[in-house]
Amino acid sequence: MADLTTRLGALTLPNPVMTASGCAANGRELHRFFDLTDLGAFVTKTVMADPRSGRPTPRMAETSSGMLNSIGLQGPGIAAFLDKDLTWLHSIGARVVVSIAGNTAAEFAEVARALASHPSFACVVAVEINISCPNVANRGLVFACDPMSSSTVVGLVHQELPPGTPTFAKLTPDVTDIVAIADAALQAGATGLTMINTLLGIVIDTDRLRPQLAGITGGLSGPAIRPVAVRAIWQVAGAMREGRIDTAPIIGVGGIRTGLDALELIAAGASAVQVGTATFNDPSAPRRVRDELDAALDARALTLADAVGIAHRRKVQL
Amino acid sequence: MRDVVQVRGEVVANRRVGAYHHLTVVAPGVAELARPGQFVAMAVGGPTSANLLRRSFSLHRVSPSGAYGGTLDVVIAAKGEGTQWLTGLRPHDEVDVVAPLGRPFPLPTEPVATVLVGGGYGSAPLFWLAEVLRERGCRVEMVLGAASEDRLFGVVEARRSADGVTITTDDGSAGTKGWVSDVLPEVITRTGAAVVYGCGPMGMLRSITEVASAHGAVAQVAVEESMACGVGVCMTCVMPVTGNDGLTRMVRSCVEGPVFRGDRLRWDAFDDGVCRVPADTVGAPRPGGH
Ligand SMILES: Cc1cc2nc3c(=O)[nH]c(=O)nc-3n(C[C@H](O)[C@H](O)[C@H](O)COP(=O)(O)OP(=O)(O)OC[C@H]3O[C@@H](n4cnc5c(N)ncnc54)[C@H](O)[C@@H]3O)c2cc1C
Ligand SMILES: Cc1cc2nc3c(=O)[nH]c(=O)nc-3n(C[C@H](O)[C@H](O)[C@H](O)COP(=O)(O)O)c2cc1C
Ligand code: FES
Repeated sequence: MADLTTRLGALTLPNPVMTASGCAANGRELHRFFDLTDLGAFVTKTVMADPRSGRPTPRMAETSSGMLNSIGLQGPGIAAFLDKDLTWLHSIGARVVVSIAGNTAAEFAEVARALASHPSFACVVAVEINISCPNVANRGLVFACDPMSSSTVVGLVHQELPPGTPTFAKLTPDVTDIVAIADAALQAGATGLTMINTLLGIVIDTDRLRPQLAGITGGLSGPAIRPVAVRAIWQVAGAMREGRIDTAPIIGVGGIRTGLDALELIAAGASAVQVGTATFNDPSAPRRVRDELDAALDARALTLADAVGIAHRRKVQL
Repeated sequence: MRDVVQVRGEVVANRRVGAYHHLTVVAPGVAELARPGQFVAMAVGGPTSANLLRRSFSLHRVSPSGAYGGTLDVVIAAKGEGTQWLTGLRPHDEVDVVAPLGRPFPLPTEPVATVLVGGGYGSAPLFWLAEVLRERGCRVEMVLGAASEDRLFGVVEARRSADGVTITTDDGSAGTKGWVSDVLPEVITRTGAAVVYGCGPMGMLRSITEVASAHGAVAQVAVEESMACGVGVCMTCVMPVTGNDGLTRMVRSCVEGPVFRGDRLRWDAFDDGVCRVPADTVGAPRPGGH
């Protein structure tokens, strides 16, 4: 057994493997397949202030080694989430990362406030701020595409949470310079970063010759995007190593299906990883990835801490 | 207690039946848990497949023991990449299965008359349902419909499992030429059926519901919507359903379904290959909002 303990700022987790937001619902469904407390943490589906129906169907299209989704952040709203879902996660002893979002910066703050004042906040080990969603006040431009909006949201959320609560800003790779967005989020007080959210795509149904998703565009995820995730983590971790931005923990997500996939993101600079779309293929995937990562580290005589960012140290100097 | 299992199944038989393939897979633990109307989600293409999403199929029948240990049977129409892979499996090939999933057909508490309507491979779960209903003293009539004779599934089995069978085909190659909804009113009236069970294409389920309602019967229909996971974690399979409180919500058909009371589905939302979010749905987008 390799030492899988990971440190994310002040937060220590027994292992680095988590679910990815929106790919594990709020826990009950996967708990039928494995014990959620086996994971480093459980990440909840992004929750907003009010209930949301989400988008029309079809909401999905399968693509080569991946899929497109346009769920539209369907959810019960923060009040029902806290009383039903978070309370249940608390009761089973899970370590929980709650993913929050808003249509406006003020809504993010409202959701954070409700969360922090709930008794089950005790099981929350971190808050993931999903800034990869549209800002209604800014013509629907995604918060994480603009450094100013990103830092506003992170700053407002921080004011609502007890001091010291770890927060991770979740970034989209669909930007010109992800390092600039990472910098803005960290300057505004985020403990660390989660990278990456889905990439925007379109699939055309070749029988009907029209977009397959009712919502036209969707987010691309799965093994197909893993090299993009590795690249984004590499660039941001590289900027940290060079002192261009503050050093902070990175949670890697994008295309992880096996322990070796997880090791790639870790070697690029991630201190923890999330398993998303692979869970649809194999509901036991998050725990399997943990065990495979354990074996892969053992085979290389490394601890998890040794492996974080190791590829930067080992890259060939030309 | 566990109510679902994930197992590496082994194919023991793959037979061609008309336009379909009838697969028998060793899947220990499923039969003890499963009830008619539930489904199985199968991974396709093996452990390194580029097709990540699971394919869902109604459980045709299950058997708790036998020469091979517990087995499950499914009836598959080869369509796209995943179903082509599955229908190409041979004995001893492996397939990862997750089952049983979803809610089964609810059974009447009284020995009432029932009609079971299947469209195409939609008849697959109905023979097992018929057996369970007859054990409870219910009269069972079956109506099987399809585009053509080769797309009917289980006509011989229907004659064994039901007290009466009516066949329809669109092209008249077997039974009455026309749709199941053409013959259903007569069957309901003749038998005094209190419940109509349906499984098949969404358009057919809608007309079954309309006919049942018009004749004072309750429709229980097993729906089909694109599913990525089958286990309730992806939210792709939703449809608008009205709850006991009268409110419409976008609910997951893999968890709260696939069987719904027909009159609870918002058929008005389905059109031209999409399902819209009715404006009165809980959390529906508001003008100017999301
Ligand atoms: C509850 C349920 C029971 C079903 N029972 C049967 C059955 O007994 N026999 C049978 O032949 N088929 C059944 N289907 C339909 C079957 O799941 C699809 O035909 C199959 O998934 C298509 O896969 P593909 O690889 O051929 O197509 P592709 O188009 O390549 O599939 C791509 C993706 O879309 C999903 N998808 C595409 N069409 C459908 C569909 N109609 N329903 C659900 N998901 C779809 C697939 O799961 C996959 O994730 C059932 C569907 C559901 C939801
Ligand atoms: C169906 C689906 C729903 C998702 N919902 C959310 C969400 O609510 N919030 C979020 O931050 N990310 C969401 N994501 C993105 C994932 O958390 C993850 O960042 C992305 O899918 C890449 O990881 P993967 O390739 O392992 O899936 C969703 C992804 C999928 C496929
Ligand atoms: S198919 Fe994934 S939630 Fe229903």
